[in-house]
Amino acid sequence: MPYYETVFIARQDMSAAQVEAMADGYGELIAEQGGSLVKREMWGLRTLAYRMSKNRRGHYVMMHLDCPPAALSEMERQMRISEDVLRYMSVKIEEIPEGPSAMLQQRERGERGERGERGERGERGERRGRDGDSRERAPRESEAASPASASPASASPASAEPASPAAEGAN
Amino acid sequence: MAATARRAFFRRRKSCPFSGPNAPTIDYKDLRLLQRFISERGKIVPSRITAVSSKKQRILSQAIKRARFIGLLPYVID
Repeated sequence: MPYYETVFIARQDMSAAQVEAMADGYGELIAEQGGSLVKREMWGLRTLAYRMSKNRRGHYVMMHLDCPPAALSEMERQMRISEDVLRYMSVKIEEIPEGPSAMLQQRERGERGERGERGERGERGERRGRDGDSRERAPRESEAASPASASPASASPASAEPASPAAEGAN
Repeated sequence: MAATARRAFFRRRKSCPFSGPNAPTIDYKDLRLLQRFISERGKIVPSRITAVSSKKQRILSQAIKRARFIGLLPYVID
């Protein structure tokens, strides 16, 4: 049976436990159709790079499947129907990679000192302020693990703005 | 005279960052890697600047497009 890697994004207002239950549900569905869910990876609540059907954040789940193609298309059909799934993407892979994916390794290494990451963060903080969307802000701040990752967001308009024109000039 | 002038402009062709031993594998989930190959605006940087081989550039652009679709990378930064 071919191997597949599926990533799906669940709506942000679901709890982590609900998302996990959902992923388990898809695993059972695959098992019913004669396949197996080899590995499941929860990437947690991430900020989307752009708004996706009016959502800014979403729960990411990656699943490695070993299943017949029919089972995959059935799972995708269910994902299309479900309103909790913002988006999904399935990719055929040659073999199931071992160990955590690049996404989780990145998380472990910490996001500090990454130039691109910081720029993105600053921009987001600014946009949120303009919208006056304070509801989303509260969980985000409490979630921020280290003070180092929280500070670029607060210092965004000052630090991010002068940096970008200079970098463009260099190009 | 002409020879020295030409040498002054000579720049050694960089080799492809995805070829050779211990080259990174291109993966749409590896944002740290992909971010090096997108511009400030979020566009894919041409291979004539990054020196990625055409074969790897095709794989790389596919990976960037996948990352964009699933919301890991932006389509446009403005």
